[in-house]
Amino acid sequence: MSKIVVVTSGKGGVGKTTTAAAIAAGLAREGQRTVVVDFDVGLRNLDLVLGCERRVVYDFVNVIQGDARLHQALIKDKRVDGLAILPASQTRDKDALTDEGVAQILDALREEFDYVICDSPAGIERGAHLASYHADEAIVVANPEVSSVRDSDRVLGLLASRTRRAELNEEPVKEHLLLSRYDPVRVEKGEMLSVDDVQEILAVDLLGVIPESQAVLNASNAGMPVILDEDSDAGQAYADVVTRFLGGERPHRFLAVERKGIFGRMFGG
Amino acid sequence: MGLADYFRDRSRSGSAHVAKERLQIIVSHERAQRGGPDYLPTLREELLEVVRRYVTVDQEAVRVKLDRHEDRETLELNITLPDRSS
Ligand SMILES: Nc1ncnc2c1ncn2[C@@H]1O[C@H](COP(=O)(O)OP(=O)(O)OP(=O)(O)O)[C@@H](O)[C@H]1O
Ligand SMILES: [Mg+2]
Repeated sequence: MSKIVVVTSGKGGVGKTTTAAAIAAGLAREGQRTVVVDFDVGLRNLDLVLGCERRVVYDFVNVIQGDARLHQALIKDKRVDGLAILPASQTRDKDALTDEGVAQILDALREEFDYVICDSPAGIERGAHLASYHADEAIVVANPEVSSVRDSDRVLGLLASRTRRAELNEEPVKEHLLLSRYDPVRVEKGEMLSVDDVQEILAVDLLGVIPESQAVLNASNAGMPVILDEDSDAGQAYADVVTRFLGGERPHRFLAVERKGIFGRMFGG
Repeated sequence: MGLADYFRDRSRSGSAHVAKERLQIIVSHERAQRGGPDYLPTLREELLEVVRRYVTVDQEAVRVKLDRHEDRETLELNITLPDRSS
């Protein structure tokens, strides 16, 4: 049974693309055939995060408009077997993605992949709506900060009312919360909303917490999904997320301030 | 003051608890509005207009509230008329 999963947020810049790339790579590494689709028309970035920007020949819109076949546009990842990406178009025409075109392509992808991960653009306009519309499950990415949490709640409302599943009165889209850019030091000082605070406000299943991490920037500089950096905190946090997403159990990590002993403080740096 | 209080106080001195309280209020307010028919705000405006043909009332005089129960929805209209003496 293949699944369409949207990674969405409302607010921009919270870590959707980072998350879509990491989770897609993680699922593929677990043996799931996975494709990640960039819905951010005009602002293609997923290709950079995955390090395949120079291999883009055709894109989503070319396929919809019949200028290329789906297989010509799909890029196979060189590091992870079973991972493919469908890049967004750089056109400035926001209406280039049509309802029927998107539906057709997602149907075709369903045939060949276990997971279709949709990287949504920011906002709640047409592009975000198209990315969410066909979803079976949704990963709502939020940062522990007021406007992001509020926007996440609005997005949860839209997932419950404006998706195909809602319109057809099917079982609702399964919602998950992913809290990213979490800084336990600032939480402990009372400067940042805690994971408990956010969960209490949004009341939705917590898929995971990703710490604020230099590893994310390093990975995107290198064009590699951060989950492949297995020694890093963010890489490990995303690996836990993938395990949980596939039904496994993992305790939440990286929530508390690491306390170093005096030697750690002197030598650990 | 115990150690636990000390830590609690320290965390309350930060701005996160204000953020949480504000979010709880706005999110519950927005959830209550959500899912309601899109015409509610317009309905309220038009009702206000009609009421104002007869009495002078302020913007807050007409309240429209949608309640959901198991098997039905009720629309509650609340129109506050000004004091007769005034
Ligand atoms: N856990 C993290 N720690 C540190 N930096 C992060 C983390 N997650 C994301 N970032 C950084 O935040 C920025 C935005 O991330 P990303 O592009 O994934 O967000 P987005 O939600 O896809 O943005 P947009 O709404 O523009 O599509 C990037 O510079 C990324 O490197
Ligand atoms: Mg993005």
